[in-house]
Amino acid sequence: MTARFGIEPRAAIALAALAAVLLAAPLFASDYLLTVLILILYFAYAGQAWNIMFGFAGQLSLGHALFVGLGAYMAAALYVHFGIGPWIGLVAAVAIAALCAAAIGFLAFRFGVAGVYFAILTIAFAEFARIGFDHFGWVGGSAGFFLPVATYSRNDLWNLRGNPTLFYYVMLALAAAALLACHALLRSRMGYYWLAIREDEQAARAVGINTFRCKLVAVVTSAGMTAVAGVFLAFYYNNLFPEQVFHISRSIELILAPIIGGVGTLFGPIVGAVLLTGLAEGLTVALTAFGLDVPGAKQVFYGVCLLVVVTLLPDGIWPPLARALRLTSRRD
Amino acid sequence: MALTRTIPATGSSVPAAIYLNVAVSGLLTGLVYGLMALGLSVIFGVVRVVNFAHGEMMTIAMYLAILLFAAFNLDPLVMMVPIAGVLFAFGYVIQAGLISPFINRPEHMQFMLLVALAIIIVNVLLIIFGPDARNVQTSYGFDSFALGPLIIDATKVYAGAAAIVVAAALFCFFRYSRLGTAIRACADNYVGALVVGLDVKRLYALTFGLGAACVGAAGSMMVLLIDVTPTLGPAYTLLAFVIVITGGLGSMAGALLGGLLIGFTEALAGLLFTPSAKSMVAFAILVLVLLFRPQGLLGRNT
Repeated sequence: MTARFGIEPRAAIALAALAAVLLAAPLFASDYLLTVLILILYFAYAGQAWNIMFGFAGQLSLGHALFVGLGAYMAAALYVHFGIGPWIGLVAAVAIAALCAAAIGFLAFRFGVAGVYFAILTIAFAEFARIGFDHFGWVGGSAGFFLPVATYSRNDLWNLRGNPTLFYYVMLALAAAALLACHALLRSRMGYYWLAIREDEQAARAVGINTFRCKLVAVVTSAGMTAVAGVFLAFYYNNLFPEQVFHISRSIELILAPIIGGVGTLFGPIVGAVLLTGLAEGLTVALTAFGLDVPGAKQVFYGVCLLVVVTLLPDGIWPPLARALRLTSRRD
Repeated sequence: MALTRTIPATGSSVPAAIYLNVAVSGLLTGLVYGLMALGLSVIFGVVRVVNFAHGEMMTIAMYLAILLFAAFNLDPLVMMVPIAGVLFAFGYVIQAGLISPFINRPEHMQFMLLVALAIIIVNVLLIIFGPDARNVQTSYGFDSFALGPLIIDATKVYAGAAAIVVAAALFCFFRYSRLGTAIRACADNYVGALVVGLDVKRLYALTFGLGAACVGAAGSMMVLLIDVTPTLGPAYTLLAFVIVITGGLGSMAGALLGGLLIGFTEALAGLLFTPSAKSMVAFAILVLVLLFRPQGLLGRNT
């Protein structure tokens, strides 16, 4: 069993304990802690999705806010304008994001756009969408798009309306599913093709891998998964503004966790999300306690921490941490 | 159609003159854009690091210009030289101290480093200056030159001229000076430069300093054209990318041409559509260039 799943017994026990704690969390966690946990799970999930494209297949996207935003707006528009619930809206959201990703990937890979240029192309499309949605009156334009908010006596899973506990379990399920999906993908034929392309695209093509198709699959898979995060975002916050949803800082926020945690690893996005969200919340508490809560102070500390981590840990936090805790026998 | 709403019909020549005015004003702004992008292009062309904190560095220069003007009433166009000097030192220190160990690391780690730097710059400026927009009111702020049907802001003419002078100086430095030749050697052949005994580390720091000086000079001109807020940085980082990729990464003339093109189209798009959609046109140009001429308009085919 150990060899088959590539998991050390120690790691399996740690993972089971973590799962138990997370499942029981709403029983003892305060509402504040629960919202922090939702945020962590959200970034872990989205980081996992982004990691497929860059960590596995080596295609750097700096515009993933595009797919979050498309998913969010699609599901929200269907709900508000046609009364279609989020679970059906989800299908449309994934479809539209996957379609856009396919178009971007097709153009980029067909015309040989790679590396930094590809990254900037993804930013360009996200910015294009941001300005476009600013002028898209059907979903509120720059004035924002709002979902109806009311006090709910009971949780309605079908319409995703309810208290933080409901959203917590939905996000937990999504994050767990993403982890399992990435685990399976990494051990699939496509996963090995991706790693081959990441390491050396020319060599991959030389051994007969259809790199164009594989890269396209990576981009579409990643975008589809990211769109699910967008649907969650829309129903969790109940408001969408193009200036926030599609902004470049959202794209950067999304990729911090996997990069800090460890690009291309399964647990990197999770560790990164825990550390970064914990750091941000901790800084808020600490700065308020010391009376230093001026606008910007938190972000300066955040930036400095980021600077230190990328300087000292070029592979991210997870690989050395996993070795220290003796949780892995392999690279991930 | 849009024009008939806002401009009384006083003859068929009026719209044409408006277009011409907007186009010229866009081209002059484009020269300043070009100078800003030139800094990015020089840094990428030599150090091979994409400076994701470029726009943020420009806002530092803009605030320096505003401080000097508010405290001593010093004209930003004159202060361009010392501000460029300060930014040169900043760039030199950043490259020598922070970026140097990242030269051989993967692109996404360099990206993270510069994003972290950008976050710090934006928020330090926010702490010091607050979120309000600031600008500079010069004595010649409302002057203009009339040239036939053309009415051009004096400020834009001065800024555009200064941008040409700085760009020409930089071009001459790289073309004719020994140091400039050495830097070009590093860009052309890293190993070769090491072999012939060039101090590549120092030359890289110098180059980053020069790129920062460019954006510093552009920043002190930009103060005359737009209001500055601490959060202006990211938009101008992106704008610099669009310009440099359109013109050709690493090509000095390309950066200026890209600046002119983007300034021109932005201005016309603001007139034809709506001002808030103007950067959409810039991104559309970027996408087209990436797809059909990925090396940029003046870039070398690799």
